[in-house]
Amino acid sequence: MTTPPLLSVRDLVVEFPTRRGTLRAIDKVSFDIAEGEVLGMVGESGAGKSLIGAAIIGLLEPPGRIAGGEILLRGERIDSLAAEPMRRIRGKRIGMVFQDPLTSLNPLYTVAEQLIETIRTHIDCNDREARERAVALLDRVGIPAAARRINDYPHHFSGGMRQRVVIALALAAEPELVIADEPTTALDVSVQAQIIDVLKEICAERGASVMLITHDMGVIAETADRVAVLYAGRLAEIGPVRDVIQHAEHPYTQGLMGSIPTLTQTSSRLVQIPGSMPRLDAIPQGCAFNPRCPHAMERCRRDRPGLLPRGADREVACWLYEAAEEEVRHG
Amino acid sequence: MADTVLQVAGLTRYFDVSKPWLNRVLEREERQFLTAVDDASFEIERGETFALVGESGSGKSTIAKMIVGLLAPSRGTIAFDGEPMHIQQGAAMRNLRRRFQMIFQDPFASLNPRWRVGEIIAEPIRTFGIASGAEVEREVARLLEVVGLSATDAGKFPHEFSGGQRQRIAIARALSSKPEFIVCDEPTSALDVSVQAQILNLMRDLQDEFGLTYLLISHDLSVVRHMANRIGVLYLGRLVEIADSKRLFTDPQHPYTRMLLDAVPDLALSGRRRTPVTGEIPNPINPPSGCAFHPRCPHVMERCKREIPLSRPTATGTAACHLLEDAPVA
Ligand SMILES: Nc1ncnc2c1ncn2[C@@H]1O[C@H](COP(=O)(O)OP(=O)(O)O)[C@@H](O)[C@H]1O
Ligand SMILES: Nc1ncnc2c1ncn2[C@@H]1O[C@H](COP(=O)(O)OP(=O)(O)O)[C@@H](O)[C@H]1O
Ligand code: SF4
Ligand SMILES: [Mg+2]
Ligand SMILES: [Mg+2]
Repeated sequence: MTTPPLLSVRDLVVEFPTRRGTLRAIDKVSFDIAEGEVLGMVGESGAGKSLIGAAIIGLLEPPGRIAGGEILLRGERIDSLAAEPMRRIRGKRIGMVFQDPLTSLNPLYTVAEQLIETIRTHIDCNDREARERAVALLDRVGIPAAARRINDYPHHFSGGMRQRVVIALALAAEPELVIADEPTTALDVSVQAQIIDVLKEICAERGASVMLITHDMGVIAETADRVAVLYAGRLAEIGPVRDVIQHAEHPYTQGLMGSIPTLTQTSSRLVQIPGSMPRLDAIPQGCAFNPRCPHAMERCRRDRPGLLPRGADREVACWLYEAAEEEVRHG
Repeated sequence: MADTVLQVAGLTRYFDVSKPWLNRVLEREERQFLTAVDDASFEIERGETFALVGESGSGKSTIAKMIVGLLAPSRGTIAFDGEPMHIQQGAAMRNLRRRFQMIFQDPFASLNPRWRVGEIIAEPIRTFGIASGAEVEREVARLLEVVGLSATDAGKFPHEFSGGQRQRIAIARALSSKPEFIVCDEPTSALDVSVQAQILNLMRDLQDEFGLTYLLISHDLSVVRHMANRIGVLYLGRLVEIADSKRLFTDPQHPYTRMLLDAVPDLALSGRRRTPVTGEIPNPINPPSGCAFHPRCPHVMERCKREIPLSRPTATGTAACHLLEDAPVA
């Protein structure tokens, strides 16, 4: 079969020209998202998660720009599109959910006006049908008394309810892909769980793929099929969620997993990765993680490891895994 | 005998959230009060970590501020080593203040950006007369090393440090008055997990080394589970449950505690079937009658809507739920 994946990002490079030189914030990142798949993109703040999302939907803020690589939606390049066709893709084929619901909602219009307009722009139907669809969507995302609440303005809803409205809006045009950037980060724990459930269920029902961007490995564990771990603008590791969480291979992922306190653990100390993620103007030569890595070798300080295949569905960017099987060390 | 270091009884704090007088008159509105903390009682033992956990707006920071004296209680008492705090004055108060310190969520906001790190840490040393002259500088250098920074960092400004390093500076400052008790209000909530691990490990080490007692405030149940001996769970300003840390997670008594536990994402991928969490936190200005949790509670009874449940003893603490009166929660 040669059907292209729903989304394919190949060697993506994002740069910021500054007075003191060009900063490379995303450095040759490659991954695919399959039809109906939820891909988690995880990393600490500043790793470049949001920039990847913004690059895909063509909303990088200048002077940030795509300086290399390509982005393909069902095999067609979308990184070089003009503003207008890109805007149509954003409205129709790729839906978006951001951390702050108010970036997606216009405070001056009712929820009905915003949903109906989105539906009518992208789906062939009359006003009454659009309203029916809108009410059904709101009902589906868990807005009580949807037929009445639809006439309210965004500020009439609580934070959690607003994020439900945004999810409805993101799905209104029946997109193929939803990019959700920290959709639950601003919400309380008890509300977070509800929003994650709604997002996951409704996308599954409608066959939409999801790129879920978050710093929270717990959210990824509950939601994603596969996870990509980002460090200093580069992919450290990518693979099925269960494999990566239970058997992390990249030393950074191993450290990250050990540093997360859990409800069941008994150890009195957390795993500590020394130091912190480098700034963009000070990314070390070779493997970006090498100064913090307990396994760093001569080669790690010299050459950058690319993503090396590990079995059928995993890739790891670490020299430890380049050697023959018997030389592979586990951390 | 338990060695109680902090005793909080019936602690209550209202805030006047009325509109300005003219608006009230024109719109014919009553004055409005918000009960941020309602009748909270708990004790903290020397050398332990007591945690308060709750979602935003549950009253955690208000309790912290009352304990360190940044905010006056509307009602209730706080006693440190058996001595009531509010009647302390002058030198006695100053001595008491020295024994207490606080660490906040945002280390940047709590560090004066125009001062060098050395001055930031030296200030309490001078104020409380811990050291003088050249000794101050030596003490600052020692403290910087204790928190994992270097003595030469004293000459730098806060903005030259990362978030995690700034929190280390805040901790060094807090330690400088040689306190016994530190209130930590969401000390790692603004940090990435790998940096959080560094700070939590440091807090543990310091506790062992100096015999510190912590009041740890957090919305993160995993952090609280990792750090605390005992935990109090807050909901809309009320302490709904207090229990030993292990017990709270293996045998939660209050339905809200159960709901919170069910809401934590499962990193262990155990595939456990969670009870779906429902509803959101109501407006604290007009909290629900009776048990404030009743609109979200799967076990709600008639009585819950009318009567505020009293705290009742449980295996290792207390819980305030009408169900506990007759039988344990099914
Ligand atoms: N306009 C900009 N100019 C320079 N650097 C930027 C700009 N926007 C983002 N960056 C940098 O790009 C990196 C990645 O940012 P971002 O994608 O927002 O990270 P994340 O979402 O993972 O927290 C960060 O180091 C950030 O400082
Ligand atoms: N100075 C204040 N004036 C009015 N309301 C306040 C004030 N400080 C806190 N509150 C309210 O008191 C409640 C508890 O707040 P807080 O103690 O900050 O909660 P937490 O730290 O658990 O998030 C909230 O509803 C908050 O809005
Ligand atoms: S490549 Fe080297 S430095 Fe980088 S993670 Fe692997 S072992 Fe560590
Ligand atoms: Mg981001
Ligand atoms: Mg607070």
